[in-house]
Amino acid sequence: MNRPHAEPALDYITAQYGVRSWLLTRDHKRIALLYLASVTAMFVLGGLFAVLIRLELLTPAGDLMQAETYNKVFTMHGIMMVFFFLIPGIPAVLGNFLVPLMVGAKDLAFPRLNLLSWYLYTIAGAFTLYAIVVGGVDTGWTFYTPYSTSWSTSNVIPVAFGIFIAGFSSILTGLNFIVTIHTMRAPGLTWFRLPLFIWAQYATSIIIMLGTPVLAITIVMLGLERGLHIGIFDPALGGDPVLFQHFFWFYSHPAVYIMILPAMGVMSELISTFSRKPVFGYPFVACSSLAIALLGFFVWGHHMFTSSQSVYAGLVFSILSFLVAIPSAVKVFNWTATLYKGSIRFDTPMLYAFGFIGLFTIGGLTGLFLACTGLDIHVHDTYFIVAHFHYIMVGGTIMAYLGGLHFWWPKITGKLYPEGWGRLSALIVFAGFNLTFFPQFVVGYLGMPRRYHAYPPEFQVLNVMSSAGASILGVGYLIPLVYFIWSMRYGRDAAANPWGATGLEWQTTSPPPTENFETVPVVTTHAYDYHAQAARERAAAAGGAGGGGGAA
Amino acid sequence: MTPTSATSHQGEPHAHQFVDAAQQAHAATLGMWAFLITEILFFGGLLTAYAVYRWMYPEAWADASSELDLGLGAFNTAVLIGSSLTMALAVHGAQTGSRREQISMLLMTILLGGVFLGVKVVEYSQKFEHHLVPGAHFRFPGAEAPHAELFFGMYFGLTGLHAAHMIVGLGLLLWLLAGALRGRWTPDYATPVENVGLYWHFVDIVWIFLFPLLYLVHRH
Amino acid sequence: MSAHVVPRRIYFTVFTLLMVLTFATVQASNLDLGRWALVVALVIACVKATMVMLWFMHVKYSSRLIPLGLVGGFVWLMLLLGIVFSDYLSRGWVPYPGK
Repeated sequence: MNRPHAEPALDYITAQYGVRSWLLTRDHKRIALLYLASVTAMFVLGGLFAVLIRLELLTPAGDLMQAETYNKVFTMHGIMMVFFFLIPGIPAVLGNFLVPLMVGAKDLAFPRLNLLSWYLYTIAGAFTLYAIVVGGVDTGWTFYTPYSTSWSTSNVIPVAFGIFIAGFSSILTGLNFIVTIHTMRAPGLTWFRLPLFIWAQYATSIIIMLGTPVLAITIVMLGLERGLHIGIFDPALGGDPVLFQHFFWFYSHPAVYIMILPAMGVMSELISTFSRKPVFGYPFVACSSLAIALLGFFVWGHHMFTSSQSVYAGLVFSILSFLVAIPSAVKVFNWTATLYKGSIRFDTPMLYAFGFIGLFTIGGLTGLFLACTGLDIHVHDTYFIVAHFHYIMVGGTIMAYLGGLHFWWPKITGKLYPEGWGRLSALIVFAGFNLTFFPQFVVGYLGMPRRYHAYPPEFQVLNVMSSAGASILGVGYLIPLVYFIWSMRYGRDAAANPWGATGLEWQTTSPPPTENFETVPVVTTHAYDYHAQAARERAAAAGGAGGGGGAA
Repeated sequence: MTPTSATSHQGEPHAHQFVDAAQQAHAATLGMWAFLITEILFFGGLLTAYAVYRWMYPEAWADASSELDLGLGAFNTAVLIGSSLTMALAVHGAQTGSRREQISMLLMTILLGGVFLGVKVVEYSQKFEHHLVPGAHFRFPGAEAPHAELFFGMYFGLTGLHAAHMIVGLGLLLWLLAGALRGRWTPDYATPVENVGLYWHFVDIVWIFLFPLLYLVHRH
Repeated sequence: MSAHVVPRRIYFTVFTLLMVLTFATVQASNLDLGRWALVVALVIACVKATMVMLWFMHVKYSSRLIPLGLVGGFVWLMLLLGIVFSDYLSRGWVPYPGK
């Protein structure tokens, strides 16, 4: 029998009001929303730079902006998207919200460090914005020396400093996740009962801890060289510019796994929920996350095949780059096997998941082309490379991010987004994405270089297709922005578990209370136990039909 | 996995996200270790650059290294190792509840850390006078001058980064001292002292490597 | 995690050994060891660092996760060093014309 409520229970959104209660919060769920706001702002900024790029490339002549300006535009696009959207993205928004819930804890291990990481991120973003306003940076997001240290007259130091601070934000997030996952799991939640999203976040956090400090020291060295000319990257003083590339890519290659692993974690959750089946080969998927994290550190030289790096080192990097594809393939095979004989629903999150499988596979396979030194020599610094990494970053990560946002939106906000619009925009994104980036494979293979604002006229048709696709893609991104905001006010209220998913986060209210759970959950089953879930639902339905409404 | 502990943390207050004080202590220590592991890679990056250029320019490295004051370097090494001893003893004082040991040993650690930094100020000003600071005023006899400038860039980068970490450490030690004076550190709540200790010992370990790498490169 | 109380005499013993090793490394640098000078210096430094970690930092009394993480960090640093060096060391192996 339901006892009458004097007033509705407070959730984490209604628990406290006022700007201060948000800006000084220690609640991981509120911090996740703070991140959602800043990350979205950065994405929009990065997207505006992309619009400028695609506008310029509509015509073969460099007629929209000067070459120097174009250099700044693509640099800022890369910096905003990589350092301020893709790297923090899923961990800071979905990870912060879900990690404590999924392990059955009340919060992360270090809530104040979590808030600090958001402030560091936002301050870093502000630095970068300042640098844009005072003229931008034109070195490419890769900051190669000696141009960035000895020749560029743009605002290298402020932007590099902003990225340095953002790196600390990232390290704090990774540290928090590692400690939380090790020490704060609910009773009964052994490692192999964890959701695969947690395995993915854990592996990502390991990459963050081992790689980001090297980026940090690289930026310090960049600053010392540019500011004090100590000579580490200056051939005139005996330095080697390629050494910078070694340091830079030691972080930045694993960084692409920071960008994709959390997306793969989201994928496991989506595929299992919308097939209503446990993920096939759970131990393999879990361990493949660790394998990707570790192997990803051995391959960075494949960005340097055309530098003066030794060809013998290049050979070894090539072989290892082929090998690192294996754990990713393991995941794709296991997701596909999960779909087999599953009870599949084509809700919005699942549409994004399907999109991911196809697009990530294309991106990954083209990565194998690039691992082959002989082929890479020809397509390095062409649009083939640009297409390859956009298939993974946009076709992979952003699709998974959107899928995850839709999937967990009811849990985060307590509201349902409009499903019809959701499906439509997923399809628009898929179509727009392919029209934007597939032509880039072709035009790159035909020889169009990247980072050029002008190109030979025979490439125009493909470039126009790409720009047209970009406008469609932009529409596809704008629609969810609108209906997500709309749903926060006007959306239908969500039940605790609208998707019928497994996972501890679905066993609390939507949105959850500040302390996440009424009572500490005790875990007795494996992660995707749809059998037990179905039995519970049958029992609840039988009980509900037979007697009065009883709390299950 | 959790080892048997000499202190039980039973009944101790703890932050709301933790189940009990023991979990909080375990998490705090793991967090500090995770942070220190990032520092291995942070300093390690600069040491890698050092290693590459030492391999390329061994004569310049030896020449430049002999310009450093070995006496002051060795003295500083002893001072820092001594401060690690006093830090360990301060932790001992917290774990055994001896306020006198905590306070005296924290004071000694702070003092020794201050001496180290003072000596570094002396060394840096000597370098400045001898035109050994990389940049427009750098002067070094002989043909190896550009490569010697690389050495000094590494020297100032590595020791400067190390000194910055020491200054942060001194700040943490002052905070610990304030807590010790108010009797905050007890056998059931010694974790902050232990964790600052971990950080301080790490700073000592970095110097244990920097000393031979910077001061003991001799030509043969 | 270690709330293990280490006896003071162990700290003093370790301190003494560290000072002895510091003296040793300075003396060793005065010997003509050629290319082995660096190896000797690094070995002594590693021994000193290990002692600080085991006893001052209580790694000897900690759960196995801590030494695993530490070893992992050092191994990763060796990875960076080793692979960067493998580039520099093998650059001269390819005989280009005119070389």
